[in-house]
Amino acid sequence: MKERIYRIIFTVLAFSSLIFLIGIIAILFKEGLPIFKKVGFLSFLFGRAWYPTHSPPEFGILPLIAASAWVTAGAVLVCVPLGVGSALCLHELFSEKQRAVLKPVIEILASIPSVVYGFFGMMIVTPFLQNVFHLQTGLCALNASLVLGVMAVPTVCSLSEDALSFVPKSFREASYAVGADRWQTLTRVVLPAAGSGISTAVILGMSRAIGETMTVLMVAGGAAVIPHSFLEPVRPMTAAIAAEMGEAPMASDHYHALFAIAMVLFLITFFFNIVAEIVSRRFRIKLGLSG
Amino acid sequence: MKFFTRLGVLASVILGLAVPCFAEKIVIEGSTTVLPISQRAAEVFMDSHAGADIAVRGGGSGVGIASLIDGTVDIANASRAMKDAEVQKTVDKGRTPKANVVAMDGICVIVNHSNGVSALTKKQIRDIYTGKVSNWKDVGGSDAKIVVISRDSSSGTFEAFGELALDKEKVRADALLQASNQAVASTVAQTPDAIGYVGLGYVTSSVKALDVDGVKASRETVLNGRYPISRPLFMYTNGQPKGLTKEFIDFIMSAEGQKIVEEEGFVGLK
Repeated sequence: MKERIYRIIFTVLAFSSLIFLIGIIAILFKEGLPIFKKVGFLSFLFGRAWYPTHSPPEFGILPLIAASAWVTAGAVLVCVPLGVGSALCLHELFSEKQRAVLKPVIEILASIPSVVYGFFGMMIVTPFLQNVFHLQTGLCALNASLVLGVMAVPTVCSLSEDALSFVPKSFREASYAVGADRWQTLTRVVLPAAGSGISTAVILGMSRAIGETMTVLMVAGGAAVIPHSFLEPVRPMTAAIAAEMGEAPMASDHYHALFAIAMVLFLITFFFNIVAEIVSRRFRIKLGLSG
Repeated sequence: MKFFTRLGVLASVILGLAVPCFAEKIVIEGSTTVLPISQRAAEVFMDSHAGADIAVRGGGSGVGIASLIDGTVDIANASRAMKDAEVQKTVDKGRTPKANVVAMDGICVIVNHSNGVSALTKKQIRDIYTGKVSNWKDVGGSDAKIVVISRDSSSGTFEAFGELALDKEKVRADALLQASNQAVASTVAQTPDAIGYVGLGYVTSSVKALDVDGVKASRETVLNGRYPISRPLFMYTNGQPKGLTKEFIDFIMSAEGQKIVEEEGFVGLK
C-alpha cells in the first residue's frame, strides 16, 4: 500500500515537467499565432524591418534571427576550442587529483549569473574591442560571441569530458598494442570514438548560447539590422523579447509578435536538442553502451 | 486562466465583505509615460490611507481620455493635451474635462565629453536620428561617423522623443537600442562618437548635455517650456476633482508626491 502511494507521488512529480512543457508550448502558440492574422508568416520570418511601435508597425524578424545566428556561430568558435581543449587536457594529461581540482573550477563558470557576464562584457570587453579594432563602439556581435562563448565552456567541457571517459579502455589498449603512439591513439581512435558525444556537447553549448538573454541584451548593441560583420551591433531574438515585453501593451500586435519570436526561438532550440539526442544515441550504440 | 480570474473575483468578494463598505475606489487609466508616477504614487497613497482603493492602468493617452469621455475612469493620464474634438465630446456628454499638470517631461540629448559639438538644432537632431545626417562634420563636429543610440522602441522615453524631436519619423534601423536611461548614458560615456538621449533626471557628469535650439536643458527651461524637447504631463479629471480624486491629485502635487515624480525621472513642478 505504502509503496503504491510513493509510486503515485513520484509518477506525478515525474510528469509535472511534462505538464509544464505542454503548458509553455500551448501559451507560446496561443499568444504567438494571432500575429499571423496581421502579418504573413513568411513576411514575419523574412521581413527586414523591425519597427514594432511605429505607426504603421513593421514586424520583420530577419535581422533578429540573423543576429542570433551570428552571435551563436561566433560563440561556437570560442567555446569549442576552449571547451573541447580543456576536456582533452583534463582527460588525457591530468592525473585523477589534478582533474578533481580543475573540473569543479571550470564548472564554477557555469554558476556565475549571466548579468555578471554581461557587466564584464560592458565594462572590460567593450573598451578592449574598441581599442583593438579601432571601433566606434565595442557593443557588437563579436563582444556577445566572446562572452557567450566563455559562458558555454562549462557545458561543452563537462559533456565532452564525459564522452571521452565513456570510450572503453580496451580501445586504447588495442591501439597501443598495434604500436600506435599516444598522439595517433588520440586522434585516430579516441576522438573518433567520442566524436558524436563531443558533437552533442557542442550542440547543447549552441542551444545555451542562442537562448542566453541578459548578456546579449547588455553587450550586443541592440541595432535591428542584418549584420555584415562581427564588428557590427546586433539585436538577437532574446534581447528583443526581454527589452520590449515589459512595455508592450497586453494582447497588442507587438505583444503577439514578441510571443511569435519566442515561438521561433523555441522551435530552433527544440531542433537543436532533437539533433543532440539523435547524435548521442548513435554514439552510445557505436560504443556498445546501450540501445 | 479563467480559474484564476474566478479565484480573484471570489477573493475580492470575500475581502469586500470583510472591509466595511465605506472604502472609496478610483480608477486611473491612460499614458504609459505617466503610468510609473501614478502607480508609485498610488502605492504610497494607499499605504497611508486605509480604505482607499486606487486602480491604475496603462493603455495610452488616447485610451485614457476615451474612458474619461465615457465616464468609466476618474482620472485620465495623458502625455499630451486633449484635442478640441475630445474636449467637445466630453462636453457633449455633460462633463467638463479639467487639466491638472502634475509633472514635466524633459529629454536631454547627450554626447561624449570628447565631442566638440555642444549645441544642435532640433532639425539637426531629427536628421541624425532618422539617418539623413550620419557624420559629425555635417553638424559642425569632426569627421567621424555618428553612433546613434536610442531607447528601446516600447519605452516611454522613446515615445516622447519620437513625438517631440522626430515628428514621429522612424529612427534609423542601425541605431543601438539600449534598455534603460542608465545604459544609454554609460554607452555614450564610453563611446567617443555617440549621441544619445535620456530623461533630464539621468544626466550625469560623465556625459555632455547639448543645447537644443540654443536653449540649455535644465529644470528651469523645462519648467518654463523654453527647452524644445519637453512637455507637460497631465492627469485629466471630470470637473474640479472631488473626494478621493482630489485627495490623490493633492497628494501628487504635495512635496512627497513631487518627490516621486523626480524619482521616476521626470521634472517636478516645484
